[in-house]
Amino acid sequence: MLKQIEGSHAVAEAVALCRPEVICAYPISPQTHIVEGVGEMVKSGELTDCEYLNVESEFAAMSVAIGSSAAGARTYTATASQGLLFMVEAVFNASGLGLPIVMTVANRAIGAPINIWNDHSDSLSQRDCGWIQLFAETNQEALDLHIQAFKLAEEVSLPVMVCMDGFILTHAYERVDMPTQEQVDSYLPSYEPRQVLDPADPVSIGAMVGPEAFMEVRYLAHAKQMQALELIPQLAEEFKEVFGRESGGLIRKYFTDDSETIVVAMGSVLGTIKDVADEMRSTGEKIGVLGITSYRPFPIDAVRAALRNSKRVVVLEKSLAVGLGGILASDVRKSLRKLPIDVFTVIAGLGGRAITKKSLHEMFQKVITEEVESVTFLDLDWGVIDRQLERERQTRRSGPAAENMLRDIGTVASKIA
Amino acid sequence: MPLQPVKFYQTGTFTVGNRLLAPEERSVQANMERTNSLNSGHRACQGCGEALGARYAIDAAMTATKGQLVAVNATGCLEVFSTPYPETSWQIPWIHSLFGNTAAVATGIAAAIKVKHAKGQGKDVRVVAQGGDGGTTDIGFGCLSGMFERNDDVLYICYDNGGYMNTGVQRSSATPPAARTATTMPLGPEPGNPFGQGKFMPALAMAHEIPYVATATVADLRDLEYKVKKAMSFRGARYIQIHVPCPLGWGAASKDTILLSRLAKESGTFPVFEAEYGELTSSSKIRRLVPVEEYLKPQKRFAHLFGKTPAVETIARLQALADRNIRRYKLLDKEAN
Amino acid sequence: MFEVRIHGRGGQGVVTAAEMLSIAAFEEGRHAQAFPSFGSERTGAPVVAFCRISDQEIRSREPIMYPDALIIQDPTLLFQVDVFSGLKEGGFILINTKSTFDELGLGDYVRDWPAERLCTLPATDLGLKHVGRPMPNVALLAGFAALSGTIRLESVCKAISTKFSGKVAKGNIAGATEAFELVRARIESAGKESTHA
Repeated sequence: MLKQIEGSHAVAEAVALCRPEVICAYPISPQTHIVEGVGEMVKSGELTDCEYLNVESEFAAMSVAIGSSAAGARTYTATASQGLLFMVEAVFNASGLGLPIVMTVANRAIGAPINIWNDHSDSLSQRDCGWIQLFAETNQEALDLHIQAFKLAEEVSLPVMVCMDGFILTHAYERVDMPTQEQVDSYLPSYEPRQVLDPADPVSIGAMVGPEAFMEVRYLAHAKQMQALELIPQLAEEFKEVFGRESGGLIRKYFTDDSETIVVAMGSVLGTIKDVADEMRSTGEKIGVLGITSYRPFPIDAVRAALRNSKRVVVLEKSLAVGLGGILASDVRKSLRKLPIDVFTVIAGLGGRAITKKSLHEMFQKVITEEVESVTFLDLDWGVIDRQLERERQTRRSGPAAENMLRDIGTVASKIA
Repeated sequence: MPLQPVKFYQTGTFTVGNRLLAPEERSVQANMERTNSLNSGHRACQGCGEALGARYAIDAAMTATKGQLVAVNATGCLEVFSTPYPETSWQIPWIHSLFGNTAAVATGIAAAIKVKHAKGQGKDVRVVAQGGDGGTTDIGFGCLSGMFERNDDVLYICYDNGGYMNTGVQRSSATPPAARTATTMPLGPEPGNPFGQGKFMPALAMAHEIPYVATATVADLRDLEYKVKKAMSFRGARYIQIHVPCPLGWGAASKDTILLSRLAKESGTFPVFEAEYGELTSSSKIRRLVPVEEYLKPQKRFAHLFGKTPAVETIARLQALADRNIRRYKLLDKEAN
Repeated sequence: MFEVRIHGRGGQGVVTAAEMLSIAAFEEGRHAQAFPSFGSERTGAPVVAFCRISDQEIRSREPIMYPDALIIQDPTLLFQVDVFSGLKEGGFILINTKSTFDELGLGDYVRDWPAERLCTLPATDLGLKHVGRPMPNVALLAGFAALSGTIRLESVCKAISTKFSGKVAKGNIAGATEAFELVRARIESAGKESTHA
């Protein structure tokens, strides 16, 4: 049924349709509306057979999820940014134990400096923890991916993070097609655990594993993600059959086949990029867009196949490997080993900095005429940076850097974006 | 000849045989049907108080729940010595997650069981969480407080040996003042662990007004079993702290484990009591009051207080703390003493 | 694609206004995207919200840099925030005020503007009158419907019913209706004046 609702509410409704048995959550912007939504549904009785727990920290949230999943219940939680970091020990524990927990990460920047707006630094900081990571392009895809995530997690016995851009998607009102309970039931069976704490058949879970077996146990997690590479497209196909639309999968190609320049990105910015690509194509530019939906496991083969006939690739990412450059770009470069393709990294939108069509257009032009360095930052105010560096050169006690730079910029409230 | 009443303090396998007791008063360990939840073959040190306490406590819980029990374990000695890869000595469903999240993991299991049971898909299985003092009072404090506040249906058992023993005897917030540990060496103007306000978890548990809080020691294992069984008769958050000597960490003889627990109780250093919903309901009275020195002397971790120039003031301060416990938890029976 | 930018202060229902506008467009079978630009949420701080309306799927997520219409919920923003930034020539401007464009100091700016694209509306007073609260957003939304013709009054009323219930919904619908009529009358007379002039 078509609805015009907020992204978070769409996700809350979709999660409820998946018949979760335990939901535990700790509030953090911009995920709050999601957990409030499910909480309300449980309290009102709309969502039955579900325990909703308000926990005292994100670390507790993931830990409660671990216990619940190990006891055989379909379990869900959500977090972002600082919250994700606070639960990191438990995040690794969950994937190490192979528990099929599904968690929404409402992508938000990580401090310091504290920032509540969108970028991908939070989930990407956990890219190697063993969780599957899926990135939604629209609110429709966000709600769809949660349904696929439970099925995926339970089949491979790995937890899944569904990543959606904080505020940009979570707080945006747009049209979505909400599935029916029958549709979801026909796609997602009830959870049959591979391991479960059951007095009728006692097992010990979580023992120490020494050098004699740790490598093998670790490899198993990797092997399961390789399995997921096969399963993700299959689940997307099945989804299409039941729900009637394309959603999920490993990657999404947009006019890449005949393009000389291909822009690679993840998440909601793909929409803006496609508008720019259309405009540039209308003037004869051979430019296409590749969206990456499954970030972990990283679809090396699919990415290679999609990019191999291009001349140049621009990876536009909302993340920064401090001291190195791009995070997504590094993974993309790996897919293009030995191919004579130039890869440009454009770091954009950190901490919620708006990405405009105008800026993208100019940047892509410069890439095509090869006027940019291999790592570049979109719309960076060099004046502010240079002034701060000068300050630091002049005095030892130059003061907190962020505060100095904010003073330079002036009142934020008078700006539009 | 006048009749003299004889009171048997220790009933059970020690002084009098189990056959003299009514079946329901006998130790779970005397029962051939006991679970042996923590089975033999684990790698605990000789004389480990925690291994003794855990065996009695979990078997008692299994009896009380007719075998419908899941155990959650914090990282620590018990977890490490009971599951040396690839073996496990646990005969019951058992999970170890992390150091600081035991109470939260237990909460999650209890929630899952509740939902399944309500749906008719599972039995009424109970949950017990266990950890050492480090995993409970320090790193596990946040999750434990959360579990208490929500009144989740979990019994949390803390094995208190006053330090991070598994990692080499470092100080925790439960380490007694003046004790030597690897991070509170007997050096300088205040040798050993400094005197602070203490962090007595049972009192903090009482402050959360949870249904049942109790303390016990391995010197009175019947009492421990009784308290665990009683705890399982409640629903909601419950907490039991057990005094478990660590021969290695305390520098005590492995044969003195039970003796030290008895001295801890009889000196007032470790109060043994029960509380419900924040109110003290019973105290295990001191039968033969002893000065704290008797408790301290057999432990090398307090050796620096004795010798040629005893630390009289420090010992007096420790005595004052014991006296405060006696007053606070009503440990002396006015008639007996 | 029709792009609307709404300016106001925290507590004036700016975000809700954008959301209701998107719901109204949805009710008419159109695609709509509404989202706020977040500053730290504080009552009284300047807030901007955006709404795009289109017959095609809306893909872009950038802030609205070149709006087709501006709704200004608080005229005290006029000289604090660059509200007119990027406004397309001849774009719709609706301001919540009892003053005229001239009195607000905007006479020069709108001198060559088509008169039927401009309107003022005492929306705060309408809010007070119909729901007892100084909330201008609903009246402005209905006024915008009349000014731009992009959505119908009945769609605005449907959107009101999704956000409010009971007496408040009824009051808001009444306020919306009065605002709609007011603006329609004003631009009709403005149109007559310009044809006469």
